[in-house]
Amino acid sequence: MKKLFKSIGILILSAGIWYGCEAPAEEKGSSGDENLTAGQSAVQDEDSKPNVVQIAVGSADHTTLVTAVKAAELVDVLSNVGPFTVFAPVNEAFDKLPAGTVENLLKPDQKTALADILQYHVYVGVIRPNMIKDGMSLNQVSGGNVTLAKSGDEITINGARVLGSVEASNGIVYIIDQVLLPK
Amino acid sequence: MLTTIAAVTLGTLFLGGCKPKTPGSVETGDAASKVYVAPGKYDEFYNILSGGFNGQMSVVGLPSGRVFKIIPVFSVHPENGYGYSEESKPMLNTSNGFVPWDDLHHIALSTTKGEHDGRWAFGNANNTPRVARIDLTTFETAEILEIPNSGGNHSSPFITENTEYLVASSRFSVPIGDDKQRDVPIDTYKENFKGTISFVRIAPEDGALSIAFQLVTPGVNFDLARAGKGKSHGWFFFSTYNTELAHTLLEVNASQKDKDFILAVNWKKAEEYIKAGKGIKVKARYAHNKLEHGTQIAKSTIREEVIQLNIKDFPDIAYFIPCPKSPHGTDVDPTGEYIIGSGKLAAQIPVFSFTKLMKAIENKDFEGKFDGMPVIKYESALHGIVEKPGLGPLHTEFDGKGNAYTSMFVSSEVVKWNIERLEVIDRVPTYYSVGHLMIPGGPTAKPHGKYLVAYNKITKDRYLPTGPELCHSAQLYDISGEKMKLLLDFPTIGEPHYGEALPAALIMKKQVKFYRLEDNTHPYAVKSEEETKIERKGKEVHVYMTSIRSHFGPDNIEGIKIGDEVYFHVTNLEQDWDVPHGFAVKGAKTAELLIMPGVTQTLKWVPERVGVFPFYCTDFCSALHQEMQGYIRVSPAGSNVSLKYSLGN
Repeated sequence: MKKLFKSIGILILSAGIWYGCEAPAEEKGSSGDENLTAGQSAVQDEDSKPNVVQIAVGSADHTTLVTAVKAAELVDVLSNVGPFTVFAPVNEAFDKLPAGTVENLLKPDQKTALADILQYHVYVGVIRPNMIKDGMSLNQVSGGNVTLAKSGDEITINGARVLGSVEASNGIVYIIDQVLLPK
Repeated sequence: MLTTIAAVTLGTLFLGGCKPKTPGSVETGDAASKVYVAPGKYDEFYNILSGGFNGQMSVVGLPSGRVFKIIPVFSVHPENGYGYSEESKPMLNTSNGFVPWDDLHHIALSTTKGEHDGRWAFGNANNTPRVARIDLTTFETAEILEIPNSGGNHSSPFITENTEYLVASSRFSVPIGDDKQRDVPIDTYKENFKGTISFVRIAPEDGALSIAFQLVTPGVNFDLARAGKGKSHGWFFFSTYNTELAHTLLEVNASQKDKDFILAVNWKKAEEYIKAGKGIKVKARYAHNKLEHGTQIAKSTIREEVIQLNIKDFPDIAYFIPCPKSPHGTDVDPTGEYIIGSGKLAAQIPVFSFTKLMKAIENKDFEGKFDGMPVIKYESALHGIVEKPGLGPLHTEFDGKGNAYTSMFVSSEVVKWNIERLEVIDRVPTYYSVGHLMIPGGPTAKPHGKYLVAYNKITKDRYLPTGPELCHSAQLYDISGEKMKLLLDFPTIGEPHYGEALPAALIMKKQVKFYRLEDNTHPYAVKSEEETKIERKGKEVHVYMTSIRSHFGPDNIEGIKIGDEVYFHVTNLEQDWDVPHGFAVKGAKTAELLIMPGVTQTLKWVPERVGVFPFYCTDFCSALHQEMQGYIRVSPAGSNVSLKYSLGN
C-alpha cells in the first residue's frame, strides 16, 4: 500500500505539467484542413474528464508506456469511446525487462510486435475493482487471456501487482508493476 | 485515496496533435467535384438510411449527401401528421396499444435473384418488436407487423434472395408461452428464457407481411443476420452473443467464452416441416397494420396465433458454428460462398466457407453440443482467418470484385481485404468510431460498387458544435480504385445504423405524383366543393371539407358546442404533383395534417373554450396561401346556435 500512495503521489505531481508532443494541436478554423486527417486524439476538449491515454500522458511514471503507445499508433484507438480497462505498467516495470527490449520494440519494424504487447494490456469493457473476482480471466484486445487474482485488497494480473486505479472518461486504468508478456 | 486520484484526473492535461498526419488518406483537390451534383441534376443513388432512435428512415442522395425526405415509420411525425391523423394512428397500434416511438436499426431493400428490384424497403423496430414495409413508389409506410414472443427485434429485417421472407430474431430472449409460463424469476433465465426467429412471409404480388413460422431457440441473443444467396440460397446465418446465457451485467458476463456462434438455419427444410404439418400452433397476440389503398386509412388487426418449430426437435434445420468473441455482423459475400463473422471483441475476422460447412454437416464433423444441438467443428467450416485486421470489427460489405470492406469500431477505420486471399489491401480512417458501413448493392448478389459510406457514432470536432448532443455522420469514400479515398463527410438524422443504396434509375420513374381522386374510397371523402357538408351524430360532428388553391370548403362553421368532438375530414382536391395542403386549427392537441393531392385525412379536435377559432393551410401552396384560412365558432354547451357552414357568402 505504501508503494501505491507513492505512485499516486507522483501522478499528482506530474499532472498538469505535460505539454504534449513537439507539434501542438493547431487551432481549427473554418478552413478545416487540419482536422481532415487528425484522429480522435486530436479532439480539442479541455473540459471533459480525461480518457485513458490522457491519464497515462499525465503521469510521470508512465513515460515509457506513453512512448510505446505512440510508437504503436494506439493513441487514437485508446481515445475512442471504448470502454477500456487498461493495465498500465510503470516505467520501472519496463526497466525490469532484459536490456535492449524496449529500444528494440520501439523500432519501426517492430510496430506489430509492440502493438501486440500493448494490446495485451487492454480489455474492451470496464472492470472496476469491485467487479474483480479471484481467478477471473479476461480476453484482451490482442486476443490473449490474462488472469486476475484477488486477495483482500491485493489485486494481481498475471502476477503483476496492481498499485492503484484511476477512473477515466472512457474506462479505467490500473497501474501495475510489471509488463505483461503474452503467453 | 479515490478522491486524490480524482484530483489527478482533473489536473491532467489535454493530449493533442500527437497523431502523425497521414497525407494521402484524404483527397481534397478534386474530391469536391466528385460529390458535386450541379443544380437541377440528380444524384446517382438513393440511399435509404435508418434513423435509429428517431424511428424513421431518411432518403439521401449519393454522392451529394443531400437529404430528400424523412419517412416516418415507427415514430410519430408532426411534420406530416403521421401518427396524429385518425387515418395513420392505427399504423402504430400494437398489442400494447398505441406506441408512438421506436428504434429503427436496419434496412433491407427487396431483391429478385439476389439483385435490387426497387419494390420495397423494410425496417425493424428494436424496442417493441415490429417490422415495416415501405412502398418505394410513394416512400410511405405501407405496413407494420408486430413480432410476438420476442423481447427486442434487432436481428431483422434481413431478407432472402427473392424476398420470400424477412427475418425477425430476438436480441433479448424472454420467457414465452401463457401468463404462468411468462411470470418467472429472472434468474431462471437458462431454463425459461427462449429466443425466437420469426420468418415473415412477403407476398410476391403486393408485399403483404405475415408470420409464416417461428423457430424457438435457446436463450442466446441474436445480433444480426444474412440470408444465403446463389449456392447458399435456402440457408440463413444468424450471429449470436451471450451464449453464456447471462441475465445481468452482460458487459462482463456475456464475454466469458472464447467463442459464441453463428447459427446456420436451413429455412427451406423448416418450410418443408411446416408444410408437412409439424409446426405447433400456439396462442400469441400481435398487431398487423396495413394501409388500405383506396381509403388511405391504416387498419389494425390483432392476430392471435403463430406456428412454431423448436429447433431442438428438428436437428437438421439448425447448426451452430463457433465464431470468436460475440460476433456482430455475419455477412454473406455476393457469390454466397463466404460467410464473414465479425467478432466485435476479436482480433481477427473468421471467414467461413459454405461448401465446407455443407461437407462438415454431411460428415457430422461436430465438436460438441450446445443445449443438445450439434456444434460444427470450427476448423471444418473455416475458409480462413484475416489476422489482426484492426480493432473491433463490426460489419462487412462487398464490392463484387472479390473484396470485402469491414468497419472497425475501436480503431475507427474501414479495412479493405481480399476474401480469397484473406489479405488486407487498404485501410482508411473514419471520424470517428464507425458502426455500419454500406456499399450500394453491397449485401446483394450484384453490388453496384463505386462508393462506400461509413456511418459514424462520434463526431466530436467534425462540425460546428451544438451543445452536448452532436449529430452522427456519414462519410463517403470512392472505392473505384485500389485505394479508398475519402470524398465527403455529412451529418445525418437520428442515429443511422444500417442503410442500403440503389441506383436512382431503378425507382425514380415509378414515383407516384399524386393520388387519383376517383380512386379515393375514404368514407368521408368529398370529390367536389358541392358535396361538402357537416353531419352531427350526437356529440360527434363530422366536417366533410375540401382544400384547393386557395381556400377550404367550407371556411365558416358555426353551431359547435363545448363537449363536441369535431372531426375535420379534409380532402385535397388538387390533382397535381407537389401540391399538398396542410390543415391546422387553433388549440388542436395534435399535429397538423399534411394532405397529399387526392387524399382525405382527418384531424380530431375537441374544443374546450367558447370563441371563434381560425384554421389555415400550413404548407405554402400558392400565391394566395396566406388567404387560405377559415373560422369555426364554438358556443357553450346547451346553446341554441344552429349548425351551419358556408363558403363565400
